[in-house]
Amino acid sequence: MSVEYLVVFAILFAVVAFVTAPLRRAHVATENVPATLADLEAAREAKYRELRDAELDHRTGKLSDADYEELDRTLRAEAIEILHGIDRATIEPQ
Amino acid sequence: MALIGRALLIMALGVAVFGIGASIYGARTGLREWVVAGRRSVYALAGLATLAFAILEDAFFRSDFSFNVVAAHSSTTTPTFYKLAAAWSSQEGSLLLWVFLLSLWSSLILFLTRRRAREIAPYATAVLLGFGAFFTSLAVFYANPFTTSANPPAEGAGLDPLLLHPSMMIHPPMLYSGYTLLTIPFAFAVGALITGRLGAEWISLTRRFALAAWLFLGIGILLGARWSYTELGWGGYWAWDPVENAALMPWLCITAFIHSIMIQEKRGMLKIWNVSLVLAAGTLSILGTFLVRSGILDSIHAFGASTLGVPFVILLGVMVIGSIGLIVWRRELLRSDARLESLLSREAIFLFQNLVLVGMVFVVFWITFFPLISQALTGTKVSVGPPAFRPFIVPLALILVLLSGIGPIIAWRRVTAANLRRNFALPVAAGLITFFVLLFWPGGPSSRPFALIMFALAGFVLTSVAQELWRGVAARRAMTHDPVPLAFVGLIRRNRRRYGGYIVHAGLAVLLVGVAASSSFQHSQDVILSPGQTAHVDGYTIRDVRPTASVTDQKIAFGAVLNVSKGGKHVTNVTTTRNFYPSQNPSDGLVGKFFDTANSDSAVGLDAGLRRDIWTVINVDPTHLAPLINQGNNVFAAYAPQVMTKAAKLPPAQARQLMNSLWAERDLAVTEIARRFVTHPWPTEFLLIVDPLVTWIWLGALIIGGGGLIALWPVPKLARRRVRAPVAPPAPAPAPPRVPVREPV
Repeated sequence: MSVEYLVVFAILFAVVAFVTAPLRRAHVATENVPATLADLEAAREAKYRELRDAELDHRTGKLSDADYEELDRTLRAEAIEILHGIDRATIEPQ
Repeated sequence: MALIGRALLIMALGVAVFGIGASIYGARTGLREWVVAGRRSVYALAGLATLAFAILEDAFFRSDFSFNVVAAHSSTTTPTFYKLAAAWSSQEGSLLLWVFLLSLWSSLILFLTRRRAREIAPYATAVLLGFGAFFTSLAVFYANPFTTSANPPAEGAGLDPLLLHPSMMIHPPMLYSGYTLLTIPFAFAVGALITGRLGAEWISLTRRFALAAWLFLGIGILLGARWSYTELGWGGYWAWDPVENAALMPWLCITAFIHSIMIQEKRGMLKIWNVSLVLAAGTLSILGTFLVRSGILDSIHAFGASTLGVPFVILLGVMVIGSIGLIVWRRELLRSDARLESLLSREAIFLFQNLVLVGMVFVVFWITFFPLISQALTGTKVSVGPPAFRPFIVPLALILVLLSGIGPIIAWRRVTAANLRRNFALPVAAGLITFFVLLFWPGGPSSRPFALIMFALAGFVLTSVAQELWRGVAARRAMTHDPVPLAFVGLIRRNRRRYGGYIVHAGLAVLLVGVAASSSFQHSQDVILSPGQTAHVDGYTIRDVRPTASVTDQKIAFGAVLNVSKGGKHVTNVTTTRNFYPSQNPSDGLVGKFFDTANSDSAVGLDAGLRRDIWTVINVDPTHLAPLINQGNNVFAAYAPQVMTKAAKLPPAQARQLMNSLWAERDLAVTEIARRFVTHPWPTEFLLIVDPLVTWIWLGALIIGGGGLIALWPVPKLARRRVRAPVAPPAPAPAPPRVPVREPV
């Protein structure tokens, strides 16, 4: 029984030490991506995927040449807007 | 070890509560150290839950009957394979399994997002720890798996025989993985709503977890169906049982989400709808757990008591009211960025498909809970069976299959008439040819219109997916000049979401063909046969060749060898048994305990094939042996106490020898009684079924699982590499060279 109590206290000590370690440090180093930037980067990835999907749709015959050209133009314009947003979000914190 | 287990649970509860406070405090004040401490609480919860679960499994493995839960759900004769699964057959163990899986998945998502989602993640952490604290507190206060007995029994009660099935090793962990994975998108959606950060980030972080939840839940549902088909002895795989429905509802919900989320990613539309679907799926996952564990609705799958009802109802109330409140609060931020351009577009098809899926959820929910609703309104619990589902579910399923064929071949935003013709001509032709060929096929499915339409739609879906794959391969070959197999693999590797999804659609069509055929054209007969007699089912002649009886440490199996022939030609031999497991009920007697019908299950005699299954089950009634069993009980009731008294006066080794000889005599008597089934067989009841295309259900499910895995698997680095567009953008729109696209096709 006493060994079991020792094990329990050892686990308890380890858990408390592990969980509260950040609170005992002077400062927690952070390498976080700012929230707006993260949103924009996710939107950029989605837009790239959409560009790629449109191209595949075109190559597999779901989009005519004219429709594809128009769609591609629109998507690229949207992508550029997102990239400008990323530029602004990257510059602003500095 | 039980003491350590109890302490681990209390520590887990403490660390979860601390983590909730630390995460919220860190989020409100911006103090990162508190946020990190909150995240670490999740890791610590995972460590503690893992240790606790390992201790419980070890107790089952060692048959340590000082643990009450082990004594109640296992025995020394339970095969080791099932001893480990017995942990989650109990209320206590399943709650611990929930915490264990939740903490693992939560740790994974929080580790992956440790440098991202700075604003959302702390609230998501608090929500996940909230679920952890809820289930841990149930395990601590209501159903503690580490309660012990000062006077443990020498033998446990054993595992419910119905659970002695390979599927039961993995069915509950799969379902629970699905349920717990659904809490992750739920938690991040709540975090996104609280912080107002409802952009693309929370979706991109949790999409893969939603897909994993869909896959695990789907595997769990399939294994449950397989268990029902081969273990429960009624000849079906889906009974619209409340617990089956409880898993189906969140699965349908998350299926809708996986599709509609693409519309939000691409078009910024359906934000309210998507967040509602995620919150509904999370709530339904808790509802599913509640139904399994509370026993509030009668179910063959529910192995729980009803003591947990109130806490679950409170949690569900908080989730529903909180979700609605958050959505109403953030309704302005959830407005769509774009509008539907055309009803002839993939987003429109996805929207219709979402409505169908949500319609199915509503139907399943309403009919499943109708007994409770009727009881609340009229005071009488009115139960409705499978026939109540079919008028709604069958047409909705037909529409769903149709849409799953249209989805892959229709473009985003809008399509022209020319493109419609080009993409739909072949699949529509295939569907129509299937329809008319089957309509006029002699003995075909023309008498069952729903089945006929399902077959035609399946032809349409399979052709549309095949056409898409072929065109994709052709497009890739045009660029790479690879041989077809290499181009096929390359195409799927680089477009896993798209083609994984298409494969899932093909699997769904195959699965539903199996469902339509097996439910519309099943032939079954209840017969009573003696050895040598025959029965006829759907042109097959089934002869009871001979009875069988076997006695092992674990069970007595009475069975029959059946010979199946058609047109005078031998088709197959199948063996079916009824297995009786020793009961722990003292009133059964020392011999009668081996013949307790309450402790029995069926082993189906099955000959499965692509065209049809021959499914048989025997139902042996041991009351024919009652005179012999009673005689044995009387003999041993008089004889055993004398031997035990004598043994008590002997040294331990000799006492053990004497007792062993007593049990050997008893076992001999039991064996001789059981052999009477072979030497003096009596007419026995059989259920004989010939069911077409059941194997297609399992094949379809495998295809769906394969497609799901492809979609879930991360895209290789090469395919994610950014390269310049190989085709120059059109002249009128000067595209800056900075806009990268992925390598096409």
